[in-house]
This record gives sequence, C-alpha cells and structure tokens, in this order.
Amino acid sequence: MSVDMQNMPPPCVEARELCKRFGAVQALADASLAFTSGRMHALLGENGAGKSTLVKCVMGYYRADSGTILVDGATHAMRSPLASRRLGLGMVYQHFTLVSQMTVAENLVLGRTQVPLAIDWKAEHHALDELMRRMPFRLDPARRVSSLSAGEKQKLEILKQLHLGRRFLVLDEPTSVLTPDEADQVLGEMRKLADASVLTVVLITHKFREVMRFAQDVSVMRAGRVVATMDVATTSVDALARLMFGSNTTIAMAQPSSPATTAGDGYCELRDLRALGDRGTLAVTDASLRVRKGEILAIAGVSGNGQKELVEVLAGQREAESGSILVGGRPYRRTRSEMQRLGVYVLTEEPLANDCVRSLSVAANLALRRYDRPPIAWHGLLRRRVLRQWAERLIDRYRIKTSSPLARIDSLSGGNVQRTVLARELSEDVRLLILQNPCFGLDAVAAAEIRGQIAQARDRGAAVLLVSEDLDEVLELADRIAVMSGGRIVYEVDRANADRYAIGRHMTRSMEAA
Amino acid sequence: MIPASGIGWYGVALAIVGGALRVSTPYLFVSLGEVLTERSGRVNLGLEGTLLMGAMSGFAIGSMSGSPWLGVLGAAATGALMGLLHAGICNLPRVNDIAVGIALFIFGIGLAFYLGKPFIAPRAAMLPALSLAAWSSEPAVRAAFEISPLLLIGIVLAIVLQWAIFNTRFGLFLRMAGESADAARALGRSVNAIRTIATTVGGAFAGVGGAFLSLYYPGNWNEGLSSGQGLMAIALVIFARWSPLRCLWASLLFGGASALGPALQTVGVTSGYYLYSAAPYVLTLALLIYSSSTRHTLAGAPSELSISR
Repeated sequence: MSVDMQNMPPPCVEARELCKRFGAVQALADASLAFTSGRMHALLGENGAGKSTLVKCVMGYYRADSGTILVDGATHAMRSPLASRRLGLGMVYQHFTLVSQMTVAENLVLGRTQVPLAIDWKAEHHALDELMRRMPFRLDPARRVSSLSAGEKQKLEILKQLHLGRRFLVLDEPTSVLTPDEADQVLGEMRKLADASVLTVVLITHKFREVMRFAQDVSVMRAGRVVATMDVATTSVDALARLMFGSNTTIAMAQPSSPATTAGDGYCELRDLRALGDRGTLAVTDASLRVRKGEILAIAGVSGNGQKELVEVLAGQREAESGSILVGGRPYRRTRSEMQRLGVYVLTEEPLANDCVRSLSVAANLALRRYDRPPIAWHGLLRRRVLRQWAERLIDRYRIKTSSPLARIDSLSGGNVQRTVLARELSEDVRLLILQNPCFGLDAVAAAEIRGQIAQARDRGAAVLLVSEDLDEVLELADRIAVMSGGRIVYEVDRANADRYAIGRHMTRSMEAA
Repeated sequence: MIPASGIGWYGVALAIVGGALRVSTPYLFVSLGEVLTERSGRVNLGLEGTLLMGAMSGFAIGSMSGSPWLGVLGAAATGALMGLLHAGICNLPRVNDIAVGIALFIFGIGLAFYLGKPFIAPRAAMLPALSLAAWSSEPAVRAAFEISPLLLIGIVLAIVLQWAIFNTRFGLFLRMAGESADAARALGRSVNAIRTIATTVGGAFAGVGGAFLSLYYPGNWNEGLSSGQGLMAIALVIFARWSPLRCLWASLLFGGASALGPALQTVGVTSGYYLYSAAPYVLTLALLIYSSSTRHTLAGAPSELSISR
C-alpha cells in the first residue's frame, strides 16, 4: 500500500488558532503552526508549554475548544484518533506501546488495522523481511521485544508506523531514553526520509542540540502559544533559549566542586553486589563502587539496566543475593536506626509510589523520617501542632505548591511530590544521599533549583550517588561518572576526561555483545 | 479370574492411571477456562462456583430433557453467564477481580445448592463411556481405561487452544490485553471487550467441567460434588505456567493424585484412607510453594495480572 503512495508528496498539516483549556489551565492559546510537506520540523518548549497538547489536538486525541486543522489544505474536524489515522498521520509515543513479552513480528502484526483471523507466520515473516529491506532500520522479526535495547524499541515503534503507511510522523521526545549514538542514528534516518519526500516529521523536544543538528524548521512554544517559527539555518541556540524561557529568566548551572573541596575518604562502598529483578533473573551483577565524601558519583545508563534494582537494594526495598554494602566502613543492614545514625537519605524513582504514603497528608509525608523523635514525638505521642509548624517551614523553604499542609500528597503535581520528598531527604544532616532521576518531569527552572541543592549537599561534605538516565544532568553535576549496562558497572571516568559519546557507547556495550 | 485386590501393586498403578483418566476431566476444563481468562489479564476465582452451577444445571437439563448432551450444552451456557457476570462487574472502574471472584465463588455455590435441591434424588441419563481397552480380557484393565467422551473433547480443546493463542487474531489480542493494556489501548483495541470474551468463554469451559461431574458415572447431583476441584484447577494453572498443553499434563497428575486413596484401598490399605484422599490438596500446596518465591514474580505470568504487579 505504501508503494504507490511513495510517489505522492507526504502531507502538510496546519493548525490555526487552536485553543484548549483543561479546567483552570489554558493549555493552548491561539496556537498557529504549519508543518511543511517533506520537512523535519522541531517543536521546542519546556514541559507544560503545550507541545504535547498541540500535537494531540492535531492527531485527534483531544478536541480543540476552537480553531481549525488543515491537512493538505482541507479542513478536518479530527474528532478521534481514527480520523487522523485515515489521513496517514501517526505518532510515536514517549512511552513505548509495545508488548514486551511478544516478538517483533507479533507486535508489527498487531499494529495493523486488519489482523487476519488465523496467522500464517511463514508468510508474515517473509513479508516482514521484504519490508525491512526497504526500511531505514532492520530488526530480526523473531526477537522478543523484552530483549531489545531502548534504541531498538524506538526503531520498532517507528517501523510500526511506517509499516502502516503513515506519511506524517510525530516523534514525542524520541531520544529521552536513547544514547547519543542511537539518538543520532534514529534522527539521522528520519531526516533522510524527510529529504527523500517520504515523510513529514515533527520532532517534539527540549534539546537544542537535536534541533540544530537535525531539524529544518523550528517552532518555539511557551505558555500555550507558538512564540516563533523559523528556519533552523537562520537561528542560534541563544536565540532559541531566549524564546523558550522568556528573556528575563536565567538558569543557574550547578558548579562542579571546586578544587579546594576535593573529595575526602570513601563513605559508601558496594562490593560485588548481586540482586535479582522482579522476574527472578539477575538484574545487578557484581556491582562494586565507592562514593567518597564531598563528591557526586553519577551512574549513567539506559533505563532498565539494573539501576532501579540497585537503588532499591540501597534503599532497603529489595534483598541482595550476595555481596556487601558498607557505609562509614561498617556493614550496612539498612535498618531505620542505621539510616538515622549514618545519615542515609534516598529519593527513588517514582517518588509517589516508592517514597510516600499516598493517603497521608503532605505534612505527615514530610515527617516520615522523624515522627518518632523529638520534637515531633513526645513520649510516644505525636505532637500535631509541632509537626504542622515544622512542615509549614519546609513547604515554605522548598516552595512546595499545596493547598494546605494537610492536603493529601497524591493531590500534588509530580514536580511538587518530588520537592516534598527532596525536602524531607535533604532537611537533615545528610551524609549519604542516593538519588534516582531527581529532576524527571520537572521544568527547567525547578530542575536547576534541585540540582543546585544536590550540589550544595555535596559541598557540605555529603557523599552523593546520583543514578540518572539524563546524560546532560550527569555531565552537569557529576564529579565522577560510572556507566551501568546489563546490570554491571562497565566503565568509570572522572569529570575531566568524560566524553558524551564514549559514555554513550559504554551504555550499550554489553547489549551489543549479548 | 483374578479379583482386583489380587493383582497387588500392579492394581494400584492401574487404579491411579484409571483415576487420572477419569478424574482429570473437570480439572482440565476449569484450568483451560482459567488459562483463557488469566491470559487476558484477569483472575476469575469464582470458577468453583461456576463448576457447581454447571454440574447442577447440566444435571437438571439432562434429567428433564433426557439428553445428557443437551445437559452439557446447558452447563456451558450457565458457565458462560457466570463468566459474563464476572467480566461485567470487573469492567466497572476500580473493581478488583479477585474480590469479585470470591463473591461469585460463594454466590455460585449457594445458588447451585438452592436451585439444585429438587434434583438431589433423581438420576439423569448418563454420558456414554468409551473403552480404550476393548482388547484386554482383564475387566480391571477395561474399567481403568474407560473414558468419558468429554475427556477427548478436552484434549482436543487443549491442543487447539495452544495453537490458537499463538497463531490467531484472537490469540494475539488475548495476549496483548494480558501483557500490556496500554499497548492495546494505543492500538485502539478495547481491553474490556477482549477480557469479557475471554472470561465468558472461560466460564463456559468450567461449566462443561461441571457437567462431567454430574452427568458421567455415577451420574447424580449432590452438594459435595466438586470438593474444591474448581479452586485446585486455578492453582494448577500457575503450575502449568499458563500453557493449555501443560494444563493437560497437570490435570492428569491431579487426577492420579485424587485416585491414590481409592487405589490403595483396592490392595487392602484402608488405614489412613482420608489421608491419601487428601493427596490432591497436599499436591496443590506443594506445587504452589514450589512455584512461588518472595524474590520474583511467577515465571510466565501475564504482566497485567494483579498477582504480577
């Protein structure tokens, strides 16, 4: 079906004065934008600037309150995703929509509009081999999706869309889980398809590097409006940043530790740590690490390479199979009294699920580390007034947006839950701070603020273990960088010698070997 | 002619094989039904109730119409209705499938007892028995290898399901709903619709299992008929790791274990009869302990099941 369509130019799509309101929030305010046929168009903006809302209105996932959508010059109502699908518009999501226990071939067959009643796998595999030959990426149809790397999954998502004959493709933050090499390859191939007039590509991103290197057009969004659209060749990173953040916002970068406060003695040490994942297979294999006082050791890696399990073991949420953890030179058994005595604080992934009690108030969640000690505890009783005042101070200091200290924690936005947990974990005498993706989902200003606080904790002499999937964050904050891949620590480098591409290659090393 | 008790341990083995072939049928049907339901991402714990409702309704229709096969169809229809009820309630937002299953388990038993009261005394026309050992002159051997036609249907069903799960549109949709509801939604498929169909068909299977209990030898309806076989069959699915073909082998194993008590009785071991009769329950417990672990989720479990998350 896609063969005869190859001769027609890919669609051009235009949005005119789109408005969309969610409750009190005006997500889109008269946003107008045109995606030219056969071009790669970047949509740049902060979290919450309205990029996703705009695109979802165009794709029919949301209905705009007002405004028009034109495809190849004709107005379309876009009442449902089905409408956009029929016009050949497709979207690749940030979160993969693949079934991981099924094979590549099964996922591609499932993606079709018409799935045959009984499937002739021999013929299907043959047809897929043929298809792969014409595609920019190749994957073995018999492989199980769970064995694919994040980059390969992203490629499979794109293949799924191409297999369906989509000619207008929206990529929603496609590189957030990819290594730099993988990102360059995926975006490079997409650009080639645009240049060959096979596809019109929309790239949603907040990374300037990707815009400058791969896109032809760029639109910047801020607070629900499209503030500018221009040719990438005629602009610069500085100009884009000013448009994106507004001209009067400056973002402070965290400072690396000055040579004067060089790292001290080792405070936390892991020796040959092994842990099993949820499915009973080895998730952390012989991890050995040493975090020194006054330094940030970052563990970089693609999501799903054992970082989650490693942090869970350190937080006391998962048992280790073998190996040992030493804090302050002694074996660390992760009891509450040890955590208090040794100053161990943790922020795990998905803090609402892992670090909070959902049904308790913000104040109670802030007190989880110290409700059993004076002044909040008084002979085994809780002094609610003291707790509340104490919580109010933290809410103030960390600028947590909540209707009241007594509001349930799950009524807060993701960023504010993150701040609440950080306020709790940073409010004490921190000597070992373990963080996983601390700025995930925060806007740039909030992220910079939190990174600043992490750097401050380090400067006060805390040993910081930062587990992050965001390579930019790692390169900004870390004094030393370790790379985790396939459950192992495969590479270690200090800040001075760190190279983005070298780190990226180590992130996928063991996967290629497997 | 040698009496059954005279053939000694050979007789025990024979009785166990015979038991495996006879008793395994309800295990097989219920576990196949549960495989279908769980592969779609839901657990139906109510199948014990469905089994009894199937036994009761199958017997009632069989005895009133005089046709045991009509009874089997009626049992399937009753089972499907029970499955549909489970699915319908679980389709509502924020409803827990385990809790609904337990409620329907109790409901099914109660309803079957209530509606089945008038049928406790009469006898219905029984399903015929097929002999696999017509060649043998030994009556004990002939008796052991007498099987119900429902077992043959069950074996064919297990093989067909095994193939269908991996090679048909329905199978792919079923596994997609069980492995990733998000993916199914992103592809525009209705997860609830898939699960409703799977739970309904699964209920029909369990109903047929019930019909075997009341319409095959000795062919009567009483309240102690199922003795927990519906619940054990659900445990058996975990042991069979959600594979229809492995359900067949596991059902035979459970059938054999159920026959242990009566088999030992034939050679004169009568002390501890009740202990041996408890073999299937002990086996269930042992298998569940063997297959579970605090450290990881069950291997092969569909990711959307509440026990996997």
